[in-house]
Amino acid sequence: MQKAATSGDQTAAQADRGLLKFLTCGSVDDGKSTLIGRLLYDCKLIYDDQMAALENDSARFGTVGDKLDMALLVDGLQAEREQGITIDVAYRFFATERRKFVVADTPGHEQYTRNMATGASTADLAVLLVDARKGLLTQTHRHSFIVSLLGIRDVVLAVNKMDLVGWDQATFEEIAADYRELAGRIGIPNVAAIPLSALTGDNVTRPSDKMRWHKGPTLLAHLETVDVASDRAAQPFRLPVQWVNRPNADFRGYCGTIASGRIKPKDRVVVLPSGQTTQVKSIVTMDGELPEAVAGRAVTLTLTDEIDASRGDIVAAETERPVLADQFAAHVVWMNDAQMLPGRSYLLSLGGNLVNAQVTNLKHKINVNTLEHTAAKHLDLNEIGEVNIALDRAVAFDPYSENRDTGGFILIDRLTNATVGCGMIQFALRRATNVHWQATKIDKAARAGLKHQKPCVLWFTGLSGAGKSTVADLVEQSLTRAGRHTIILDGDNVRHGLNKDLGFTDEDRVENIRRVAEVAKLMVQAGLIVLVSFISPFRSERRMAREMVEADEFLEIHIDTPLEVCEARDPKGLYKLARAGKLPNLTGIGSAYEKPEHAELVLTADGTKTPEALADDVLALLKSRSII
Amino acid sequence: MREVAAQSAKPVMLYSIGKDSSVMLHLAMKAFYPSKPPFPLLHVDTTWKFREMIAFRDQRVKDLGLNLIVHINQDGLKAGIGPFTHGSAVHTDVMKTQALRQALDKYGFDAAFGGARRDEEKSRAKERIFSFRTASHRWDPKNQRPELWHIFNGRVHKGESIRVFPLSNWTELDIWQYVQAENIPVVPLYFAKPRPIVERDGALIMVDDDRMKLAPAEKPQMKTVRFRTLGCYPLTGAVESDAANVDDIVRETLAATQSERQGRVIDHDQAGSMEKKKQEGYF
Ligand SMILES: Nc1nc2c(ncn2[C@@H]2O[C@H](COP(=O)(O)OP(=O)(O)O)[C@@H](O)[C@H]2O)c(=O)[nH]1
Repeated sequence: MQKAATSGDQTAAQADRGLLKFLTCGSVDDGKSTLIGRLLYDCKLIYDDQMAALENDSARFGTVGDKLDMALLVDGLQAEREQGITIDVAYRFFATERRKFVVADTPGHEQYTRNMATGASTADLAVLLVDARKGLLTQTHRHSFIVSLLGIRDVVLAVNKMDLVGWDQATFEEIAADYRELAGRIGIPNVAAIPLSALTGDNVTRPSDKMRWHKGPTLLAHLETVDVASDRAAQPFRLPVQWVNRPNADFRGYCGTIASGRIKPKDRVVVLPSGQTTQVKSIVTMDGELPEAVAGRAVTLTLTDEIDASRGDIVAAETERPVLADQFAAHVVWMNDAQMLPGRSYLLSLGGNLVNAQVTNLKHKINVNTLEHTAAKHLDLNEIGEVNIALDRAVAFDPYSENRDTGGFILIDRLTNATVGCGMIQFALRRATNVHWQATKIDKAARAGLKHQKPCVLWFTGLSGAGKSTVADLVEQSLTRAGRHTIILDGDNVRHGLNKDLGFTDEDRVENIRRVAEVAKLMVQAGLIVLVSFISPFRSERRMAREMVEADEFLEIHIDTPLEVCEARDPKGLYKLARAGKLPNLTGIGSAYEKPEHAELVLTADGTKTPEALADDVLALLKSRSII
Repeated sequence: MREVAAQSAKPVMLYSIGKDSSVMLHLAMKAFYPSKPPFPLLHVDTTWKFREMIAFRDQRVKDLGLNLIVHINQDGLKAGIGPFTHGSAVHTDVMKTQALRQALDKYGFDAAFGGARRDEEKSRAKERIFSFRTASHRWDPKNQRPELWHIFNGRVHKGESIRVFPLSNWTELDIWQYVQAENIPVVPLYFAKPRPIVERDGALIMVDDDRMKLAPAEKPQMKTVRFRTLGCYPLTGAVESDAANVDDIVRETLAATQSERQGRVIDHDQAGSMEKKKQEGYF
């Protein structure tokens, strides 16, 4: 009963209309589910078997008397939230004769900034619901800000529940005017305001005879006709290389989806980061070569010159190049329960690149409700911050405002592989291009050779009072007697100098270890055997330190002394202070210690072995690794 | 698909012979041209597929010159598991879900393409394109990764894997329009033709071989039917239709009044059945 009869020519019409992806956002009970259900229902996307289920459910769970409850057509995101399931976005599909639609639906709650960002990242337009009785709410600000941050330029303000305000034009006009003012401030250029009732269907798909004063289109008519095909094809050409196709020695094709612009054979292009220039030879497909390809199309390009480009490189218009830098400023949306800590090392994925990245500066976080900037030491789940990021090598990109595909990135946790954040690049940082590596003639091998030794880092980690410094000291004495050149970096000592500006918060602990790891690396460059004796409580930072030197140059030694033993020793009286509540962040009491999982050596210094015996174990390890 | 080929150590494409698999395979041929797709196909054979499906599979693989792995759960086969004797739930669990896990473990695949679409079923609407599975193949709904832009995070530890659904955002209509536009071969069972049918529990079941024991009252009738989805023949209901070619099907899909999965016995078995199967490792 729900399907219109179709004629033969509708088949053709169906096939070549465009696709619109849009995001719906609104606070709980604004009527979002009802509106989506209504769109699906009126567009006849509901089949008889689903319809029967709806009639059934409406009678049982419906909230609208004996009418069909449209909200039940879309799977309740609510229910799953109660079960603790993290849904970020639900995608639904419908079509009319003019267009196909993908709806990204996200739950409306406060804590779902992450989900909205995800849904918005692929949407062309946002439908923002407000309840006509309530007008703009705090959430309206939040939704609009996130929509704008993710680069959506078209918003439909759906003023819902007009039936409950007597279809009153003045109410609508006031809300629309308020919103235009807000959109102007936030930077959303295109706003269409539509008064409607999701419940009755007025102005959703059919014009309302109760609101004849509304001269604009219905919601559906607007969605069918709105032009959001942002001029991606008119932008400079960008092809992030996704995969290199090499069936044999004679063919080398660069595969990827064109992020912007258009390309033809003989067009001049540059490949970044290498900077080599050449021209396009052909656009290869299974069905023959193409004369031209435009943004959004997945292609395989061959180039005239032998250029060794690989995944993550960008093929770009020669005269309009992307930026090449290893540092940039960006907005970051944090998406994980584990905090974002400046200084911690993450993997950054951007256009096929996977590089090491560090947040070098968290400038401030942004309150999504008031848009105020506040100082911050870290970002929690669902927080947004402005940061500087440094990469371990230069990559090509564009500002996000110019190109979402070459300016958006995700951050990945190095241990869990979880996607923990996303970011939008604002601009490259100048110092990146001006600070170059100075190539020097004397290298590590030369310096180490002079000392007749193999440099390395012995990284002692463990609780305060575990015995790290005692064992490290004994090991150094033995090494010195054997004529080795060494240095000890001791936590307490370094905190008196280099790190005297740092405290004991998680952020400062990360920075503390980052600096020491950098110093250890320099000293390995100098050819020394470096003994680092730091609590270093976090796996991430120990791993970062490990990866700064060669694989065989880092030996992690876990002084695994039970907390009770450390506390009984309490050489510096710290545990006593902590137990008295006067030292909030002591590792093991008020702050976590993450045990190593793959330490090269685990020593228990609980008194069963003498410190000398433990030092001998370390020396034995060095022998087995041919360091001494 | 290119993203998976670039990120994963050992990908595989689940090939279930249906229309979605046909489209997915066609896209793979295009994505990697002039190379062949850099991964094998895997068919988890429950031994209860329509005979025409198996014939089509073998012909396709031969025509395209691809590497096909067929996996059958030998334990299940020995135990004589089948839909008539054990019911759809046990049969699907042993011959499909467990069989798939066996195959993935046996070959050590770390990424597997599947042809599932978000429009098929309400619970699929939230599925990621890259769906993360633990080392025991479980889908942990709390541990899925957000997907932004066109960036996909396919990193896994040893033993973990990713299921990838390249057709997530396609609808049934999109599939048929693409089959039409690209002239993609599909199993003839999709096209209407007189077939021997018995009606059981409201579903039109085709008598495909003599393993189907008929009740005394059941007489196969020749009916002009086709299938909207394909699976194990005892679990797949036909629809009465005259759509004998792709153009007819596109027209019929545009005018359809029943959802695609309505013919599937497996979904009706228990409430919330898809969510549950997914957690257990079903595709
Ligand atoms: N009167 C009236 N009620 C509506 C309208 N739209 C939604 N509702 C009701 O508002 C309540 C919340 O709607 P729902 O769609 O579940 O909101 P959601 O939380 O935004 O998905 C339900 O009781 C709906 O029936 C409308 O246009 N007019």
